[in-house]
Amino acid sequence: MSLWEYANPRRFLGLSERLLPGLSVLSLLLLTAGLIWGFFYSPDDYRMGSTVKIIYLHVPSALMAINGWIMMLVASLVWLIRRHHVSALAAKAAAPVGAVMTVIALITGAIWGQPMWGTWWVWDPRLTSFLILFLFYLGYMALWHAVDDPDKAADLTSMLCLVGSVFALLSRYAVNFWNQGLHQGASLSLDKEEHVADVFYVPLVITIGGFVLLFLALVLLRTGTEIRLRRISVLINRGRMT
Amino acid sequence: MIALLQRDLRLATRAGGGFGLALVFFLILVLLVPFGVGPDTAVLAKIAPGILWLGALLACLLSLDRLLALDWEDGALELLATSPLPMEAVIALKALAHWLTTGLPLVLVAPVLGLMLNLPGAGYIWLTVSLALGTPTLSMIGCFGAALTVGIKRGGLLLSLLVLPLYVPTLIFGAEVARRGAEGLELATPLLLLVGISCGTIALLPFAAGTVLKMNLR
Repeated sequence: MSLWEYANPRRFLGLSERLLPGLSVLSLLLLTAGLIWGFFYSPDDYRMGSTVKIIYLHVPSALMAINGWIMMLVASLVWLIRRHHVSALAAKAAAPVGAVMTVIALITGAIWGQPMWGTWWVWDPRLTSFLILFLFYLGYMALWHAVDDPDKAADLTSMLCLVGSVFALLSRYAVNFWNQGLHQGASLSLDKEEHVADVFYVPLVITIGGFVLLFLALVLLRTGTEIRLRRISVLINRGRMT
Repeated sequence: MIALLQRDLRLATRAGGGFGLALVFFLILVLLVPFGVGPDTAVLAKIAPGILWLGALLACLLSLDRLLALDWEDGALELLATSPLPMEAVIALKALAHWLTTGLPLVLVAPVLGLMLNLPGAGYIWLTVSLALGTPTLSMIGCFGAALTVGIKRGGLLLSLLVLPLYVPTLIFGAEVARRGAEGLELATPLLLLVGISCGTIALLPFAAGTVLKMNLR
């Protein structure tokens, strides 16, 4: 029993079909619980007032935007090294979800920034690097779209993802250098040096859990769709041959 | 290797006149900027380093889709793939030829255009230095993008979408060197970072681009 068993599309589909209902329901529960707790039962911040509540959408979506790209990077590496088709399709399936997460983070950030910073948009390093990340997502999806042969498309997008990751990281630190930031430091960190207060922390962790599960459920669903799409196109091609 | 470089240079300078087009584009861009922002020399002096860097970047981008597409269409790339020369070297040479025909002329002409934009005195040398260090990176990254999109019909727009985000770090450090140079500030840090990015890109990206080209040719 190893992880690579699920490189078999049939096995993968079987597993994802078993997991999907549970994941979706759990994600929905966590999101509802976390958001209701966050919006109605957590106090206002003493400086930010009620605008602090957008953190329950902003931080989880930003987290998933970055982790979505990392997931694509891992899946691309698996495709390049072991050539499992499911992996390439999972990377393809994750891209639009990650891009939407990036957009959610950018928009919620703008909505929060308007009353707090007095502007929808500033050229702050974090904001700018998120915009760059969004562009990387767009380029990645456009390349998938443009190449007809699925294997070649998987190869090329995987390479783009690898090189893009390096440059995204470079850009992230280059923009730090380019302009001083307005954005606050990390809201969460593992060593707990920077941290939000506990009253915000618990519902935030719940919504993050909800977003992670939502991301997983969407990626599994979309990967299943891609696998079936691939099967259909194979069947159609076979039909044409005979 | 030298034969290939000479061939690419000859093709770029003679056939169809891709050579010089990027320069004219650069000139037109610089001409258009005062129309857009007004002829106030103080404003122009302030934005001149950034405009010149952006212009060089866009001019570089302009000629990228011809970089590999012509060789792809007439099958020369497949011949090169079967030659004893490794694909990585072919790509590196293509990037070098691209730089010699677009990047280098841009570097040389940039100070003249800086004069038109009223660039402050100390800025010239650092503008030239930063462009000379940065444009090879632009050519190399562009080569990677061209290798990605070589098999795609009308891939020009896609190429820009893929390549422009990759240009971000180079542009940031390059323009920062030019700006600090123009304002007479200390500029060792961005200069070193620019050199670092250039060296890293030129050392590593040929391998990525070569792999991509092999994938495309398979």
